[in-house]
Amino acid sequence: MNRFARMWDSDIAWSFRNSPVAIVAAVIALTIVLGAVFAPWIAPYDPFNSASLNLMDGFTPPGEPNQFTGNTYLMGTDNQGRDIFSTILYGARISLFVGFSAVVFALVLGIGLGLLAGWRGGWVDSLIMRIADVQLSFPSILIALLIFGVARGFIPPSMREEVAIWVLIVSIGLSDWVQYARVVRGAAMVEKSKEYVQAARVIGVHPARIVLRHILPNVMGPVLVIATIGLALAIIAEATLSFLGVGVPPTQPSLGTLIRIGQQYLFSGEWWILLFPSIALLLLALSVNLLGDWLRDALNPRLR
Amino acid sequence: MTDALLSVRNLRVEFPTRRGVLTAIDDVSFDIMPGEVLGVVGESGAGKSLTGAAIIGLLEPPGRIAGGEILLKGERIDNLGVEPMRRIRGKRIGMVFQDPLTSLNPLYTVAQQLIETIRTHADISEGEARKKAIALLDRVGIPAAARRIDDYPHHFSGGMRQRVVIALALCAEPELVIADEPTTALDVSVQSQIIDLIKEICAERGAAVMLITHDMGVIAETADRVAVLYAGRIAEIGPVRQVITAPEHPYTAGLMGSIPTLTQTDARLVQIPGAMPRLNAIPQGCAFNPRCEKAFDRCFKERPTPVVRNADGRKVACWLYDAIDTAAKEQANG
Amino acid sequence: MLAYIIRRILQSVLVMLVVALVSFALFRFVGDPINSMVGQETSIADRDALRDQLGLNDPFLSQFATFVTRAAQGDFGISYRLQQPVMELILSRLPATLELALVSGVLAFVFGVGFGVYTALRRNGWASNTIMTVSLIGVSLPTFLIGVLLIWVFAVELQWLPSFGRGETVEIGGWTTGFLTPTGRASLILPAITLGLYQMTLIMRLVRAEMLEVLRTDYIKFARARGLSNRAVNFGHALKNTMVPVITITGLQLGSIIAFAIITETVFQWPGVGALFINSVRFVDVPVMAAYLMMIALVFVIINLIVDLLYYAVDPRLRVDRAATRH
Repeated sequence: MNRFARMWDSDIAWSFRNSPVAIVAAVIALTIVLGAVFAPWIAPYDPFNSASLNLMDGFTPPGEPNQFTGNTYLMGTDNQGRDIFSTILYGARISLFVGFSAVVFALVLGIGLGLLAGWRGGWVDSLIMRIADVQLSFPSILIALLIFGVARGFIPPSMREEVAIWVLIVSIGLSDWVQYARVVRGAAMVEKSKEYVQAARVIGVHPARIVLRHILPNVMGPVLVIATIGLALAIIAEATLSFLGVGVPPTQPSLGTLIRIGQQYLFSGEWWILLFPSIALLLLALSVNLLGDWLRDALNPRLR
Repeated sequence: MTDALLSVRNLRVEFPTRRGVLTAIDDVSFDIMPGEVLGVVGESGAGKSLTGAAIIGLLEPPGRIAGGEILLKGERIDNLGVEPMRRIRGKRIGMVFQDPLTSLNPLYTVAQQLIETIRTHADISEGEARKKAIALLDRVGIPAAARRIDDYPHHFSGGMRQRVVIALALCAEPELVIADEPTTALDVSVQSQIIDLIKEICAERGAAVMLITHDMGVIAETADRVAVLYAGRIAEIGPVRQVITAPEHPYTAGLMGSIPTLTQTDARLVQIPGAMPRLNAIPQGCAFNPRCEKAFDRCFKERPTPVVRNADGRKVACWLYDAIDTAAKEQANG
Repeated sequence: MLAYIIRRILQSVLVMLVVALVSFALFRFVGDPINSMVGQETSIADRDALRDQLGLNDPFLSQFATFVTRAAQGDFGISYRLQQPVMELILSRLPATLELALVSGVLAFVFGVGFGVYTALRRNGWASNTIMTVSLIGVSLPTFLIGVLLIWVFAVELQWLPSFGRGETVEIGGWTTGFLTPTGRASLILPAITLGLYQMTLIMRLVRAEMLEVLRTDYIKFARARGLSNRAVNFGHALKNTMVPVITITGLQLGSIIAFAIITETVFQWPGVGALFINSVRFVDVPVMAAYLMMIALVFVIINLIVDLLYYAVDPRLRVDRAATRH
């Protein structure tokens, strides 16, 4: 059997083909990701090019021609005449960028510290795991907020806007490394005590090789599940912080920022400014969550 | 055999899975007479425990009874509704599970669990139920029962816990007790005590016992009759003395070969070459044919039906005996 | 028992000290406290004098000791932004947050446990599947979005409920309560649902998972094999065993509710501590941030402690008042 056929026949693939929820979720998630990645080519307008904006186009309801300019927009426009559909594509781009980067950061940090703790043991292990315990007893959004607040304190006001997005990524990433570390540490401790590892150490095999060959493959499944659900959490965390006005700068609006803007026009009747970005965020978070859920069940059939 | 306490007729248990339906128990029939001890032996996966679960109506989904009948004193119980079946469980059929460490709810005292069970099946006061519970604990050999009854399960050792489990299974005075590997999880030193206790206390109360085990030694000492299960089918069934001293099915013979002496009770079934087939790979014909030294053409084509061997109800599902029978008949006729 | 409690309390104190250290570091090293306290025109000499006066030139440990002593007495200095004592600010806003958290917590627990048990027992019913699907949407919906959508439906479109503030409040012995006035109660509804919904779905999914786990155990099978009624098995045996782990995590959720109140309070302009904190992050108002951190940590530590003791009360295996195993 060739590689593709083997993949097609694997339990995971079987479970995927037989889960309509997983398929729908994957299609939605993929659509949004592709839309976000190719936003500059797909979006009908460039919402960040102020030259192309016409304030007269502001507050155009979805699907109706503007009363002054006669322009029609699929999802309407916001107060500045920006096409909502385009801002959503660009907003999702920023949300996904922050989400993915934060997960990668958390992943690298978590796996690194988990390996260190599990492999070295002793005081290194206790120290890392104590920090993890304390951090785990606080909600990650609070941790992210605090780290973000502290970081802002250290950064001179003139630079805050510029580095905000990186500060945000680090804050969210730092708030979410613990789970990876726990899983990897557990696996490292189990493997370390096995005879073949001790034998390998005796004959001088480099520990990095043992780690790469034996420990990481063992934790791929759980780590993938945590990372998928972690991505949904990171996207939500970013949206929340941006909604609270402490996340990405207003010049780079993410989905959370768009919802924050939309909320301001709720009472004056321009509901579309709020609704469409909200749906986009919900679909994104929900589909990623569903995929994570499915993956967890598929890798762990007993939990069904 | 209309006066049987329990009759299992052509029982079939299936598990639908993604790769098709697995038949875990296939056309199993046997009777248990009142007060009798029936041993059910077989390797793990032979369907012993599933048979017990099917009888008491506690098959775990997606497992289901796909055919056959189970009769308790002539009345069908395999198709009863939830509530009538619940009233049979505990009251008429009691069950003892394998692991006493996990069989008891850790958050309730022994007294709470016993009194609850007694009062579920009998309309008596809490005080009376408690008296009955203490007497029962005393009977199953818990020292200072009146005091220990208010302890939590974790205060008892494994052997003591299994005694408590037996008390719980018997507290509503069932006519049949299904004991599913009751000693497997225990120390060797207490195993025979527990088996003796089950046998004695059931004899005292006239309860029949279906003793599920993989330990032929235990069967030899305890059972009146024995049913040998292989891959969800009955290979051989009959009075325990006959089956042990003169096993007829090649599988049973193999099992006996693995017991050095009948008094040595800890022998395990290890000396037959090969392994029992998985449920999704049961061979055509006789399920035992890949491991059988005496297998011939017919064994690979047709599934053997149980052949009655004598008036004691001994049956063997093996073509060897059909062939012998036929030859004998032909001789007699010719 | 006593030794156990003492050990737990010592652990709690240790955690508090660590958090205090973080708070102190925040307080001391983020920005320059002097710059935040005085105007542009203050001379360098004056600044140095103030620095000396505030003890900012003392050794680290003695500064930390002073900080902890003051914090223990509720003195966190003056808010840079509002120029008021931090403790005063927090205390005046605490009742709003606690009332909100209490109502949401009760909502989340009651409905979470109820739905969790229901969906575990009727695993494949249509109602269970609906609840599970909705709960997944609930988990995926960010809290702020739930709030905004509730405002849209119930405040803007239907105009049934207020969308911001606490309504009228009554002051009883320094505690302002919204429970006693109709507008106060009406104002509480949307924020409480917003804050409670997410926690409810978490509790529900946890209860469901734990209950399914318990229903698979041998003692539940044995209870069924003894003919106990479904009611007795499900509620007497399974639910009680389910609650042991659920209590721990639910207790911790209570802490999260107070933390998540930050978001709800921002959405509904609820005059609580969370809104105060978010503004302190926005304006880098370090004393308020430090004080809030300490306060939240204290709440978490206390809740943890209570949860542990509760756990101890529910699970007899943890009690060591009798010999561990008797033969």
